[in-house]
Amino acid sequence: MTVITTYRSPVQDGRDGFGQLVHAEWTKFRTVRGWVIGMIIAIVVIAGLGVFLVFASTANVSCGASSGTSSGPVQHGSACPGAALTLGPGGEPVTDSFYFVRQPLAGNGSITVRVTSLTGLPPGPVQPGLVPWSKAGILIKQDLSQGSAYAAMMVTGGNGVRMQWNYTGDTPGLTGAVSAASPRWLRLTRDGDTITGYDSTDGAHWTRVGTVHLAGLPPTVQAGLFATSTQYFPISTGFGGSNVNDVQTAATAVFDHVSRSGAWPASTWTGDNIGPPTEGIEGVAEGYHQAVGRFTVTGMGDIAPAIPGPGNSGAGHNPIGFYLVGTFAGLIAVIVVATMFMTAEYRRGLIRTTLAASPGRSRVLAAKAIVIGSAAFATGLAAAAATVIFGTWEAHASGYPLWPQPWSAELSPIIGTAVLAAGVAVLALAVGTMVRRSAAAVVIAIVTIVIPYFLAYASAVPAGIGTWLLRVTPAAAFALQQSTPRYQQVQAYYRPMDGFYPLAPWAGLAVLCGWTALALAAAAYLLRRRDA
Amino acid sequence: MNLALSAGQRSHRAWAETIHAEWTKLRTLASTGWLLAGVVALTMAVSAAAVAAAAGAPGLDLAKLSLTGIQAGQAVVVILAVQAISNEYSTGMIRVTLTAMPRRLSVLAAKAALVGGLVLAAGAVAALASVLAGRLILPGHGFTPANGYQLLSLGDGPVLRAACGSVLYLALIALLSLGIATAVRESAAAIGVVLALLYVFPIVTSVITNQHWQWHLEQIGPMTAGLYIQATVGVHALPLAPWQGLGVLALWAAGSLILGGLVLRFRDA
Repeated sequence: MTVITTYRSPVQDGRDGFGQLVHAEWTKFRTVRGWVIGMIIAIVVIAGLGVFLVFASTANVSCGASSGTSSGPVQHGSACPGAALTLGPGGEPVTDSFYFVRQPLAGNGSITVRVTSLTGLPPGPVQPGLVPWSKAGILIKQDLSQGSAYAAMMVTGGNGVRMQWNYTGDTPGLTGAVSAASPRWLRLTRDGDTITGYDSTDGAHWTRVGTVHLAGLPPTVQAGLFATSTQYFPISTGFGGSNVNDVQTAATAVFDHVSRSGAWPASTWTGDNIGPPTEGIEGVAEGYHQAVGRFTVTGMGDIAPAIPGPGNSGAGHNPIGFYLVGTFAGLIAVIVVATMFMTAEYRRGLIRTTLAASPGRSRVLAAKAIVIGSAAFATGLAAAAATVIFGTWEAHASGYPLWPQPWSAELSPIIGTAVLAAGVAVLALAVGTMVRRSAAAVVIAIVTIVIPYFLAYASAVPAGIGTWLLRVTPAAAFALQQSTPRYQQVQAYYRPMDGFYPLAPWAGLAVLCGWTALALAAAAYLLRRRDA
Repeated sequence: MNLALSAGQRSHRAWAETIHAEWTKLRTLASTGWLLAGVVALTMAVSAAAVAAAAGAPGLDLAKLSLTGIQAGQAVVVILAVQAISNEYSTGMIRVTLTAMPRRLSVLAAKAALVGGLVLAAGAVAALASVLAGRLILPGHGFTPANGYQLLSLGDGPVLRAACGSVLYLALIALLSLGIATAVRESAAAIGVVLALLYVFPIVTSVITNQHWQWHLEQIGPMTAGLYIQATVGVHALPLAPWQGLGVLALWAAGSLILGGLVLRFRDA
């Protein structure tokens, strides 16, 4: 009697762990020449357009020199690139231009005033002549040079009482507008390099607004009354473009009950323009008037961080992140590759082999997402790093004024571009899985991800619609490329083309991730439910 | 019988048959009709939305505004034109086509004529509807003769030029896409290349600060230069005259068709 044994293959079982699956997908990606070339094209396009922009922007740098004002800080409304920027104590570019009625303070002491009125010229959007960030109040400053350390208590046109220090610091105090019926009392006390601000409505009951440390404050500082008022930006937009006109405004404040305690060696007040006098309004001059304990101070300018972009205080200087504008074109290449990473499987029938070898369909999708996401991340990282490195080098070689930034601030748009590319690639992969056909999938991905950015960026639609597009569409994640902060206490023209997005970088990323998660879930569902 | 025909008659007949074969292929694809309807619908919808959202800025170019939808409709035109050739590659149909009609350049020419003709027809409907929407909606938003704005009318020379030119613009975009798709073959890659080519110039010119470069990039961009044909206000301030701008786009289209023709002729299908 013969014993029949069932046949067993001598070949060992293959391993089909997730690692093998990822490796298999990586092999597919790396061995299709067109896809690797597509990613390389993305790098070349992004870096090439960036370097071209630096190159093409350098030719008109000489305008400051030709008008004879190449030195000196940037003034409001100046659109001349190449002028030097004033740097604040933290190394960031700042605007420091106001009228200062001051005395030296040699040591510790305090100053208290009552503000009864804040008015402005010309008629503005809030109340006659005032812009929301017209400022007047009391100020303690390291010295009279622009960009030196300071702390101030102030009333504003539309934002109540604020304590501000060293250009970027801002803390709110009492709310509401100042008037003769509702005056504001302000006090600053100095103790070494610590300055404390108080406010009050009656001069009897005081509230501490904030305490700040101004490192390295010298024994003798300048303290007194100030007024300043920035420009405002009536913007007219429509289909086909927007126009911005910056209008200079002036603020006039009335102070009384001025009292001092501590070491004030001088007996009289001196009025000074900090920075060159601001021009711009016919018949209005900065200055002060003193009569029987009452001071009337008029000033123009601003004390705030500078903002890049035409019409803004930092016009003519571009952050290096600005030169990543080619990203949108590179992303089109990434989208094409990522979509085809799935649609090509359907076209060639390879999907049946793939799913026969690894029947867990969601796992296949996950492996593909990991591979294409990583490849796109590397592509974005290489492209942005090359743009920043070559762009900086080109700018130094040709004398183009870059926005002064610590290197860590330049790192964030580089990482941001890589994350953006990865998210977009996974989203495009999910769209390709849902739609299966290359042409339709690519158009859907490009129209939902890249075109909203184009419409908002090139001002092809009114600014309101553009802002909305950059909030709700996957293009919101372009906010990851923002390299200069947006200050809520600075009124400026924050446009996408100057590197400012309506959402914070993390919020923009969250919008893209939300869309990607939704699309991946739908793709996984359809992949499991439909026949391949 | 064929032997009795002269060489000229034979080539004429071969051309007619090529056209007929290509027409049958295009006509019997369900997607062709949908895409043509999509060109008309999308163009009209975006144009109507643009005029409805118009605010009274001085010196507004009403003809250009009411033809805004062309910029959206062109995306659908790109899909239609790319699919006309890349579908043949993705299904392997191209081998049958080239076996039946070995004159490869004639095949491309027939496709160009048919796709161009279809887009001209759909574009004409879309442009007419857009101008009509502008004529009906704009007076309600204060763009009346009393405020210094003429009613949009095709009897007006520049408006007629803008409308007809927009139709030609769409047809040239179709030819540009067809040429690139013939060279690239893969539909996804072809669509990516065309859209990047269209949008890269306006993006770069919007951020560039150098007037000289801005001027030149606008002159050579297929979309920026081609759309000068829609301008009826401030025509003399444009970097190129309207018809010159459309000519630039025509050069792009011709160049891409030549490239596509060379690839088709000298590369195995």
